[in-house]
Amino acid sequence: MGIYEILFWLLTIMAISSALGVILSRNPISSVLFLIVTFFSISGHYILLNAQFLAVVNVIVYAGAIMVLFLFVIMLMNLNADVEPQKGRLLQLAGVIAGGILFLVVLAALKSATVLPLEKASSDIGLIKNLGRTLFTQFVLPFEVSSVLFLSAMIGAIVIGKKEDTNTIPLKGK
Amino acid sequence: MPVQYYIFLSMALFCIGIMGTLIRRNAIIIFMCIELMLNAVNLLMVAFSKMYADSSAQVFVFFNMVVAAAEVSVGLAIIVMMYRKVHSVDINILNRLKH
Repeated sequence: MGIYEILFWLLTIMAISSALGVILSRNPISSVLFLIVTFFSISGHYILLNAQFLAVVNVIVYAGAIMVLFLFVIMLMNLNADVEPQKGRLLQLAGVIAGGILFLVVLAALKSATVLPLEKASSDIGLIKNLGRTLFTQFVLPFEVSSVLFLSAMIGAIVIGKKEDTNTIPLKGK
Repeated sequence: MPVQYYIFLSMALFCIGIMGTLIRRNAIIIFMCIELMLNAVNLLMVAFSKMYADSSAQVFVFFNMVVAAAEVSVGLAIIVMMYRKVHSVDINILNRLKH
């Protein structure tokens, strides 16, 4: 059992246990922190898979930007008191069974799938040079379209989140 | 390390995300579970990229991150707006789609 396998199992256990922590913890703040741990372990998997640049981008974009956005929203709403009402036991059991059955079905379907072995020699496809060449030769049009997507997302977030003072009807939730 | 292990790991993360979406009532937690599912797909695509020694799948992971970032910004704006209207993020209150 080499260092690669030890790191794989360590990162796998960390990812799955902290993903379970996301859905099981009562406090939304600790859910966010568990999700950040999950993203870090997924970045570790990227490094093991020779996708070094994606690992860095994953840490910066997900664990840096998106999770900070989640933390801001949770702290803005003052949600860190654990007063969240829970679904009924029956619904929770049904959700767990549905997810577990989906896992079993895909696991049984993919158990006998024929796959290639992971390549050992090509360790530089994840470097920024090759990625940039692929991105700007084969995928130029999706790259430009994604810039339009970002622009529309920015405008949409501003338009939706704008405070409208005139005809807001405050309605108390029950 | 065979690629099946990565398939099973990302399936496990995806199903944990589905379970979280089904059993929680907080809209922000549900949103985080959707992020978890997107990351499981990203991990699987990186594993396949190494399997075929091709960097196109890693470029697709970039586009996946782009879509996730756009989705998060718009979705959190919608959640903040809903919280301003009904003072809750409980999806059982948000299921009426009108006020």
